Amino acid sequence: MTDLTNMTLAQARDAVRAKSVSSTELTTAFLEAMDKGRGLNAYVAETHDQALAMAKASDARIAKGEIGPLEGLPLGIKDLYATKGVHTQSCSHILNGFKPAYESTVTAQLWRDGAVMLGKLNMDEFAMGSSNETSYYGPVASPWLRQGADKMASRAALAGDKKGLLVPGGSSGGSAAAVAARLCLGATASDTGGSIRQPAAFTGTVGIKPTYGRCSRWGMVAFASSLDQAGPIARTVRDSAIMLRSMAGYDPKDSTSVDRPVPNYEDAIGASVKGKTIGIPREYRIDGMPAEIDALWAKGVQWLRDAGATIVDISLPHTKTALPAYYIVAPAEASSNLARYDGVRYGLRVPGKDIADMYEKTRRAGFGAEVRRRIMIGTYVLSAGYYDAYYVKAQKIRTLIKRDFEQAYADGVDAILTPATPSAAFGIGEKTSADPVEMYLNDVFTVTVNMAGLPGIAVPAGISAEGLPLGLQLIGRPFEEDTLFSLAHVIEQAHGEMKLPEAWWA
Amino acid sequence: MTTPTKTSKLIRGATGDWEIVIGMEIHAQVTSQSKLFSGASTEFGGDPNAHVSLVDAAMPGMLPVINEECVRQAIRTGLGLKAQINLRSTFDRKNYFYPDLPQGYQISQFKHPIVGEGVVIVDVSPTEQIKVGIERLHLEQDAGKSLHDQSPTDSFVDLNRSGVALMEIVSRPDMHSAEEARAYVTKLRTILRYLGTCDGNMEQGSLRADVNVSVRRPGGPLGTRCEIKNVNSIRFIGQAIEVEARRQIGILEDGGTIDQETRLFDPSRGETRSMRSKEEAHDYRYFPDPDLLPLEFEASLVEELKVSLPELPDEKKARFMRDFGLPAYDAGVLVMERETADVFEQHIALAQGTVEPKAIANWLINEIFGRLNESKLSLAQSPVTPEGNVTILRAIATNEISSKMAKDILEIAWTTGRAPAEIIATDGFKQVTDTGAIEAAVDAIIAANPDKVAQAQAKPALLGWFVGQVMKQTGGKANPQAVNDVLKQKLGI
Repeated sequence: MTDLTNMTLAQARDAVRAKSVSSTELTTAFLEAMDKGRGLNAYVAETHDQALAMAKASDARIAKGEIGPLEGLPLGIKDLYATKGVHTQSCSHILNGFKPAYESTVTAQLWRDGAVMLGKLNMDEFAMGSSNETSYYGPVASPWLRQGADKMASRAALAGDKKGLLVPGGSSGGSAAAVAARLCLGATASDTGGSIRQPAAFTGTVGIKPTYGRCSRWGMVAFASSLDQAGPIARTVRDSAIMLRSMAGYDPKDSTSVDRPVPNYEDAIGASVKGKTIGIPREYRIDGMPAEIDALWAKGVQWLRDAGATIVDISLPHTKTALPAYYIVAPAEASSNLARYDGVRYGLRVPGKDIADMYEKTRRAGFGAEVRRRIMIGTYVLSAGYYDAYYVKAQKIRTLIKRDFEQAYADGVDAILTPATPSAAFGIGEKTSADPVEMYLNDVFTVTVNMAGLPGIAVPAGISAEGLPLGLQLIGRPFEEDTLFSLAHVIEQAHGEMKLPEAWWA
Repeated sequence: MTTPTKTSKLIRGATGDWEIVIGMEIHAQVTSQSKLFSGASTEFGGDPNAHVSLVDAAMPGMLPVINEECVRQAIRTGLGLKAQINLRSTFDRKNYFYPDLPQGYQISQFKHPIVGEGVVIVDVSPTEQIKVGIERLHLEQDAGKSLHDQSPTDSFVDLNRSGVALMEIVSRPDMHSAEEARAYVTKLRTILRYLGTCDGNMEQGSLRADVNVSVRRPGGPLGTRCEIKNVNSIRFIGQAIEVEARRQIGILEDGGTIDQETRLFDPSRGETRSMRSKEEAHDYRYFPDPDLLPLEFEASLVEELKVSLPELPDEKKARFMRDFGLPAYDAGVLVMERETADVFEQHIALAQGTVEPKAIANWLINEIFGRLNESKLSLAQSPVTPEGNVTILRAIATNEISSKMAKDILEIAWTTGRAPAEIIATDGFKQVTDTGAIEAAVDAIIAANPDKVAQAQAKPALLGWFVGQVMKQTGGKANPQAVNDVLKQKLGI
């Protein structure tokens, strides 16, 4: 049965269509893999019975010849997507026991297209984190091990404190780990500052954050509304293109979603990139960047040039200000978005002597340290007397960052190539005790894209000296995700499909 | 202020005169089927939490979507207030914790409201008109309601109102007496009702006022103001202002200072008391709501709404004065409610020029409205129909009956429900206009009262005594004008 889980989503789709495998067989294979891979802690809720029921229904449709774009394909869903009657907590204790009576637009579209839900995936609490270590449900272990790591010891660590194991990145750590470990064919993820692209890069998977407004945010537990965007993590560029087509689309229930047709992104796979102009932003060459990241970037440039693209040096002068500005805008919105978790209507409630006491006790017990830190930062920057100095200034910076990209695109650049992360994955516990800013620096290459509302894709492009995956990022023009798929496919082809780790955890 | 406040409106304190300065924030519930950002019903009086959508309950991942009808209502209201309509406005979040505020923030318009400056012309009395400036009007969500009387240990929350659209209408501090403030709210309510943008029902909370009151020496610098929250009747607005002004004057005259604070009016004790001081005031941390795009619309929408606007009270009043020759007072009373003005015009139409408009206005204002008030009936419930009224008025105009008879007929019609035409025809209400009969009566009275005749000839004002005698003798049926004419002729005055 392991053969089945080794298929890419596109291969599985074709097999289902050819009726060489049923959805039930596929789903069963993944449920078994999940069972064996439980130690990775990628799933926080497994929907075994529902998965089989959905697979059965899918098989019935297939028998009738009703075959949707994702027919019968088992997927994992990040815990911040509302799934009707199923655990939806954004991996926070404050949503203790919350099972919504509604289905998010994005997941509803996946089910509309025939997909099967395997369960809910682990993530940083409210998507705040870059290592999946802020989850109330504990960290996720990456299926990747450093070169030479002892597999037996690693297996033992899974059951313990996970010391010596690697983080899958975050916040979509469960999504990335599950895809890399073949615990699902593909996963939904979300990206506010890099939460799709960084874990994809850390796990040798492909992740795309589409243009802001491309996917509906309705039914996604909000972190920072002006930055949050849904997207897939999958094994290949083609797989992510197939998934995005089903996830994207206008939704009248989300005022910020954009009403324009969704192309069949798969058509972009294999399309020529000849004549495309690729910008290389000099500001992304940061101090102290490891030589292997630099080399990876150079390799990417060469691959695209070989494919017929024109490479130009560009400047995005406000890059340096993006991270600090992001850490004002995102916490500001979060501090307000998370105000609804007050113990009054749903989720956790810790009784108090009066209403204020109940609020304080509930929120103290319900939110983890990182979430509390961001609520405090956000509350501070919006306070009277500080608003102009922080929030207003950060919004001005945001406009300048957007303008940098607009200028580059106006000058004829079709896409921008950068490293996805400043390093390969780090170890669990390695950065949690340090200055939180060190963790925030993980997002240095990705936050600019959210601040500008642009699409960005992370694609595996190499292996570090430690034997860990490294990724490149391509940033596109608004709503030109198809160009990103074409370019990312070139890199994927040049690099060769990422060889995923053996199932040492099983 | 450019014009000084009339001395009659000043308050006399122990140390001299004081002037009150009043500004108001009116919260008017928008008349709409559904809430400002959700599809839930706005109906009043449902079971607790019967009209609550996922958005209103702030479930995780829910997003607001603007209700376009509420936007149109705000634009209509802005037009009715002769105000600037902003083609681009934005929604902000006002952040604070309260159990009846599920999101933990209220979506409001802070920096860029949908409606800018306007003006309301207010009739304070038949002879006095003031202009109250409107600073702005913005759209915002209402909160839910906390219920503290359902359980000895817990409070409950009813979210039926949560998310209902409100228009906050902010006036300039252009009012200087309780009377002016009452007249302003009355006028504003009239305008809203004409427009159909708010039902103005204060008992149900559709219209609530936050009243800002300060006092100063006439013409002096503005004093520190206190805000009296959530006053829910026009009468209480007047009372609250009076007691609050007295309270402030008392403090100032004792050498104290006013603390800027929020206060509540307690009608049963006739006092205001402190709710929270400026130091305890919330820091609302306003910022633009990232879930909503700026609210933008074309000038053509404003034009389209403008042409479909009903005739507003000021215009209607001017037309009544111009076309029907009504005095300002009558016209003002008739346009107070759109329904009243419509009924007046219905009478005009039925009379087809046979009755003077002024006579119709007098009849409605002096006879009908008073009776309706007494019996707590609406205009539509009046026992006497417009046709009945016109029949009576036409009979007066043709001298068929006297004014006195008209009142008697109305009384009978009102209490029995019989048609006035039938009462006139069968109950003997026929005025005597036959000069012969009147002359006979006059002759008899003159003959019997030679002393009065001499007095009247010396002092014609005594004619009234003779008129009275003639009317008595004819059982009230003689036409007074005819009696007058005959008397004057016979007495030679």
